[in-house]
Amino acid sequence: MSKANNVKQVLKTLLLSLSLSSSLSATPPTKHIAITQYIEHVAADAVREGLLAELKEQGIEATIDFENAQGNAATAGQIARKLVSLKPDVIVAITTPSAQAIVNVTGKDTLPVVFSAVTDPVGAGLVSSLNEHKGMVTGVMDAPPIKEQMGFIKTILPKAKTIGVLYNPGDNGSVASLDIIKQEAKAQGLSIIEATPVKSSDIQSAILLLVGKVDAIYVPLDNMVVSAMASVSGTALKHNIPLFSADSGSVKDGAFACLGYSYVQTGHKTGKIVAKILEGTPPSEIPVASPETTDIFINRHVLEALKIPLPEEIRKQAHYY
Amino acid sequence: MNLFQFMGAIELGLLYGLVAMGVLLSFRILDFPDLTVDGSFPLGASVSAILIASGVNPWVATFCAVLAGMFAGFVTAFISVRWNILNLLASILTMMALYSINLRIMGRPNIALLGESTIFSPLDATGISHRYTIPIALFFIVGIVLFALYRFLISEKGLSLRATGANIRMAKAQGVAVNRQIFFGIALSNGVVALGGALAAQYQGFAVADISQGIILFGLAAIIVGEAIFNPKFILGALFAAICGSIIYFLLRAFALNTGFLGLQASDLNLVTAVLVGFAMITPKLRSKILDFKATRSRP
Repeated sequence: MSKANNVKQVLKTLLLSLSLSSSLSATPPTKHIAITQYIEHVAADAVREGLLAELKEQGIEATIDFENAQGNAATAGQIARKLVSLKPDVIVAITTPSAQAIVNVTGKDTLPVVFSAVTDPVGAGLVSSLNEHKGMVTGVMDAPPIKEQMGFIKTILPKAKTIGVLYNPGDNGSVASLDIIKQEAKAQGLSIIEATPVKSSDIQSAILLLVGKVDAIYVPLDNMVVSAMASVSGTALKHNIPLFSADSGSVKDGAFACLGYSYVQTGHKTGKIVAKILEGTPPSEIPVASPETTDIFINRHVLEALKIPLPEEIRKQAHYY
Repeated sequence: MNLFQFMGAIELGLLYGLVAMGVLLSFRILDFPDLTVDGSFPLGASVSAILIASGVNPWVATFCAVLAGMFAGFVTAFISVRWNILNLLASILTMMALYSINLRIMGRPNIALLGESTIFSPLDATGISHRYTIPIALFFIVGIVLFALYRFLISEKGLSLRATGANIRMAKAQGVAVNRQIFFGIALSNGVVALGGALAAQYQGFAVADISQGIILFGLAAIIVGEAIFNPKFILGALFAAICGSIIYFLLRAFALNTGFLGLQASDLNLVTAVLVGFAMITPKLRSKILDFKATRSRP
C-alpha cells in the first residue's frame, strides 16, 4: 500500500508546485529583458554590470530576469527553456555555453537573442557570419587583444626576454588563448615559462617557481587567478616582478598594468544593441559588434614601488588607479 | 513552470537517467563506489563532439564515446583489482586523469554542435516539431538501454555480477570469477554513463570540458530519490526507479528555477535543489513514521 501511496503523494506535490509556480509568475509590464550567464566569472559579471548601466542610461524601463547556470550544461538548458517560455522582448546570453543553450532552444529565429563575451560566435555556431546573418541572433564578440598585450609588455620593458604565464590549466579560456600567447610572445622576442596552479592554494608556490627566471608575469583572463589577484599581485610585488593582467579590474587589486578591453564597456555595447532591438530594429540588420579600442590601466603604487620608467605616450594615455 | 519547461525537465531526466543507471550498476549492484563517472561523462561528450564536428557519422561517434567510457571504467577496475588499490582511490585517480585527457581530446574550450548532424537530426525529416519527437526518441533510447541492462542482469552472467556485488566471498566460493565481473561491470557502468554524455552533448548542441560539475552527486541523488519513493524490490524496479529519480530531480530543479518570487537569487539554485531533493527523500519516511504513530495510538 505504501508504495502506491508514495507515488501518488509525490505526484500530488509536484502538480501542486507546478500550478503554484505558474500562477505566481505574473505577466511582466513594459519591456522585459532576460539575462543569463554560464558561471560567475570576473569578465561575465563586469559585462552584466555594464549592460545594466547602459540600459539605465538609455532610460529603458524593463523587468529583468537573471539566471546563472553555475557551470552546469544541463542547468543552462533548463534556464534556456525557462527564459524562452517567459517570452521576453530580448534574451541576453553572456558567455558562449549560455548563448549556445539559448540558441539551441530558440532555433535562431523565434526570439531576439543578444550574446556577449563570446570569443568566436561563428565557430560557436551562433551566427553564420559576423556581418550578414539571418535570424534573430546578434551580439558582441571579444577575442582578447593578446597581440597588443604582448607588444605592450615589450614597450614598457624593452629589455624583457622571458615572461611567466600564470594560469589554471582547467580554465577553458586560458587554455584556448595559450597558443596565441606563445605565438605573439615569440613575435616580440619573448620566451615563455608556464606556471600552472590547479587550485587557489597552489598559486603562491607557482609564482615562487617563476621568481628569478622571468622579467614579468602575464595573467590571461583566468577566472581562478584573476579572482585571487590581491594575493597574486602582493607576492609578485614582494619579489619585484611586474605583473601584467589581461583583466582591467586586476589593476585595482594591485596588478602593475593592463592593456585590454574594459568588460564594462563590452557590457555597454551589448546594452546599445539591446536598446536598438527594443526600438524595433531586427537583429538580422545589426552586425556582430566588437570592442574597437583598448585602454591602458596602471596601478600607481606598484609603478612607484617597481620604479619602471614609462614611455611618454603610455603615461599620457593610461588610466591610473 | 509551464508545459515547455516541464517537458524539458522530462527530456533531461530521461537523458541523465542513463547516468543514474550507470551509477546504480557500480554503487548499488556491484557495491563499487566509482567516481570515474565524473570523468567518463564529459569523456563521452568530448569524444562524440569532436568526432561529429570533424564529420564522422553521429552513430559511429556515439559508439566510439561508449567504447571510450568503457575503457575508462576498465582502467579504474584494473588499478583497483590488479594492484589491490581501494576502489574509491582507484576511481579518483582515473577521474583526475580524465580531466586532463578531456581537455586534450577537445583541444579547444567549446565544441559547437548547433547545425551539425547529430543522432537527433533524422527527426527533422519527420516534419514534426522537436517538442514532440525528441522526448519520444529519448524515451525509446533510454527504454532500450534499460531493457538491455535488465535482460543482462537477469541472465546467468548478470547473476554472477550481482552475486559479486552482494557477497564477494560467497560468489568466489561458488566459482564466480569475481575479478572478471568487476572489470566488466565497471566498464559497462562507465559505458552507459559515456553514452549519456554523448547524447547530452548532442541534445544540448555543444560540449564543454566541464559539461557537468559533480555529475556523480547527481547520479547518487537520483538513485536515492528513486529508492525513497518507489522502494524497489526487484532489479527491473531498481533500474526504473533510478530513471524516475533522475526525472524527479530535474523537475525539482526546474521548480527551483521558478522560485524567484520567494526573493531567492540565481546563485541560490543549488541550495533550493538540495532542500527539495532532501524533502523528496524524507517525505516517504515521514509518512510511514506518522502511520506507525497512529497505529500505536489506536491500539487499546
